[in-house]
Amino acid sequence: MTMIEVRGLTKRYGLDTVVDDLSFTVEPGQVTGFLGPNGAGKSTTMKVILGLAAPTSGSVAVGGRRYRDLPVPLTEVGALLDAGAVHGARKARDHLLALATGNGLPRRRVDEVLARTGLESVAHKRAGEFSLGMRQRLGIAAALLGDPWVLIFDEPVNGLDPEGIRWIRDFMRSLAREGRAVLVSSHLMNEMAQTADHLVVIGRGKLIADTGMGEFLRDRGEGTVLVRTPEAAEFALRLTATGATVKEGPDASLVVSGLASEEIGKLAAYHGTVLSELTPQRPSLEDAFMELTKDTVEYQGATA
Amino acid sequence: MSSLAHRVRFGHALHAEWVKLRSLRSTWYTLACLFAVGLGITVLATGRAGERYASASAAERLAWDPTELSLTTYLVAQLIIGVLGTLVVTSEYATGLVRTSLAVTPRRHRLLAAKVVVAAAVAVVAGQALMFATFLIGQTLLAAQDVPYARLGDPGVISAVMGGGLYLAAIALLAIGLGTILRATAGALTTLVGIVFLVPGFAGLLPAWLEGLLDFWPTMGAAAVFKTVPSPDFPHPWLNLGGMCLGVAAVLAAAFVVFQRRDL
Repeated sequence: MTMIEVRGLTKRYGLDTVVDDLSFTVEPGQVTGFLGPNGAGKSTTMKVILGLAAPTSGSVAVGGRRYRDLPVPLTEVGALLDAGAVHGARKARDHLLALATGNGLPRRRVDEVLARTGLESVAHKRAGEFSLGMRQRLGIAAALLGDPWVLIFDEPVNGLDPEGIRWIRDFMRSLAREGRAVLVSSHLMNEMAQTADHLVVIGRGKLIADTGMGEFLRDRGEGTVLVRTPEAAEFALRLTATGATVKEGPDASLVVSGLASEEIGKLAAYHGTVLSELTPQRPSLEDAFMELTKDTVEYQGATA
Repeated sequence: MSSLAHRVRFGHALHAEWVKLRSLRSTWYTLACLFAVGLGITVLATGRAGERYASASAAERLAWDPTELSLTTYLVAQLIIGVLGTLVVTSEYATGLVRTSLAVTPRRHRLLAAKVVVAAAVAVVAGQALMFATFLIGQTLLAAQDVPYARLGDPGVISAVMGGGLYLAAIALLAIGLGTILRATAGALTTLVGIVFLVPGFAGLLPAWLEGLLDFWPTMGAAAVFKTVPSPDFPHPWLNLGGMCLGVAAVLAAAFVVFQRRDL
């Protein structure tokens, strides 16, 4: 069953088209990474899903309904858009209690989510005294109050230390294992690689890719091979003769694309060329992502 | 993933707003400030009334209104209660909490209505309590100076005291409306000060066609409700107060419309 369905969503602010005819779905039991450079329209899309911004055209459904029509919203969707969105003078427990009360959720849920996010010991502290990591946890606790099927997190690891990042990552994995649909946005590809099962990539509001993580890696995985040989110049000629592209790598090595390492090895054996290194280079996910979105980045820095 | 609740009603939103309001120290500080400043001014206003009465002319003695004298503290109290009303909304805009609140209560008019009702209830109770307290303290001080003073049972007194409490509650609602429309504490409070102090201060400069509005303006016509000796300009002070309440209702209606429409 599809948990979130975005259909032909367009959102304009004045003349600025922030989201442009975007369609994708979020399925249960997996983490869907919502990826795009800053300003790609991720946050706007999430706001439309939650009914905080009205679509210019198109529609968004959560569990088949508009968010505002959900009878008890917190029991169906939990969202963390901004960890800073707490009143600093309110105690963590009171913050959660107010949210739970608003949906008629039992008081025990507050203690349960505090326990699950490891915040029991600071429940009576004011949210303003929290570190960013603790505020993220508080936001996640709030999202879990209604034990929802769908979870939406906007850039949840932004600004966190490695330990905090790992905690959030593991936590999202565990939520997906419980059968929930988890939608997580990020502008960092590497982070998604370790969390997401499915990828929705957007740039300038448009859909660029909607694919499984494995497929994404395979499709974008056209790699290069690092070759080191004492007869570099000569071997480079032979490689180009087969149609491969050869660039000069670091320390007089060759970076070959368009030819698999196996083929390169055979070629070397045939000509009796001595190879001191033959290393297939997988493109980093970050490279694949940059390649994919390079035309859509809003403000590109000049390369020196 | 479990059935924790079946349907959300207005009562839930109302209860949640009450939890929010009572869980902030600033709410209680503001209320404490309301009473400390409010009653302090009453002590100042009535403490030296004896001297003034002694040197008053016969006409001034005829217009002597001990009730109004003890209620003049409303001038400052309306600003403090306005702060309380403003913060109910603007503190959520300042932090972005309003988005979380709307995730809990996506029906926007329901969320704003809950805020208005809770703040109005607090403002009515605080306003009435302040007006009764200020009246009783003021009259005790007047009596001690041997100048004419009023009792709660005297004609027009209950009307002035309770009308004063309602006046303050209406100002709190006006502040909520301004806070919702302007979305910022500073902007809302500046506008409130402009309404209750600046406009009355520059009343003489207004064009003639606007002067009619002043009969229902806070600190001006609407403040006639604090008198027990009716001013000849405003023979029916409750009409003036009612007019102000209509104005506040219009501001609130505008607040509901923009809150419903705006992206957050």
